[in-house]
Amino acid sequence: MTVVFWISAVITVISTVMVITRRNIVHALLYLIVSLLAMAVIFFSLGAPFVAALEVIVYAGAIMVLFIFVVMMLNLGERSTQQERRWLRPQMMIGPAILAAILMIELGYAIFTGGSGGPITGEPVGAKQVGISLFDTYLLGVELASMLLLAGLVGAYHLGRSDRSEEEGS
Amino acid sequence: MASVSMEQGLILAGVLFALGLIGVLVRRNIIFILMSIEIMLNASGLAFVVAGSHQGAADGQVMFIFILTMAAAEVAVGLALVLQLYHRFKTLDVDAASRMRG
Repeated sequence: MTVVFWISAVITVISTVMVITRRNIVHALLYLIVSLLAMAVIFFSLGAPFVAALEVIVYAGAIMVLFIFVVMMLNLGERSTQQERRWLRPQMMIGPAILAAILMIELGYAIFTGGSGGPITGEPVGAKQVGISLFDTYLLGVELASMLLLAGLVGAYHLGRSDRSEEEGS
Repeated sequence: MASVSMEQGLILAGVLFALGLIGVLVRRNIIFILMSIEIMLNASGLAFVVAGSHQGAADGQVMFIFILTMAAAEVAVGLALVLQLYHRFKTLDVDAASRMRG
């Protein structure tokens, strides 16, 4: 499982770098889907098969389809790619890269001097145990998550209305 | 069998989070900013799952499910905002929305 972990980790990092450097939105979305699928393989190799399935179904399936719907509705084409070419210059990467490198050094220092690490056995924790924990210990969290989803639904509906109905309402 | 250590998993989560942060800081297109936020949320979920499977407990996976829920709600509202922004300003530049006039 270690080899699987490292191969998919390299794929994840490379495709994430491609996501933040592409100019065409659809290419970036495809790389993001590859990144999420590789992340699902990582979860599987870490012994979390239920979460790996959820990653494929919800992230790579549902959320990415939402992005693709919006890109299709906006009808972005060559014009958008040329605009990105004007906006995204290589020298703009320098400042954020330095900040992120400092953050990474700090994080590595904190992780490697923290001392509470150790090997991951990779023993699978299946859907049954996750379900028992979810609906027993974290039942209140499930209720709050349902309220959050309801608020997101209502908010998206309100924001997504067309301008015509807004003018009629006011 | 040599296994993955917890530090290595957390470093991978940190690298992905930093890449998402670079994406948020560099990009001006609002769809790319939303995608970078998804990357950052996914990286934090990876950190939870790594910690959970290190202890052999299901709590990390439960936290990942909550993060997944939050990401779904956030992206629904965010993409509705993207559509509104495009209808108002005919561009995806986030700087176009810097003047809020109600």
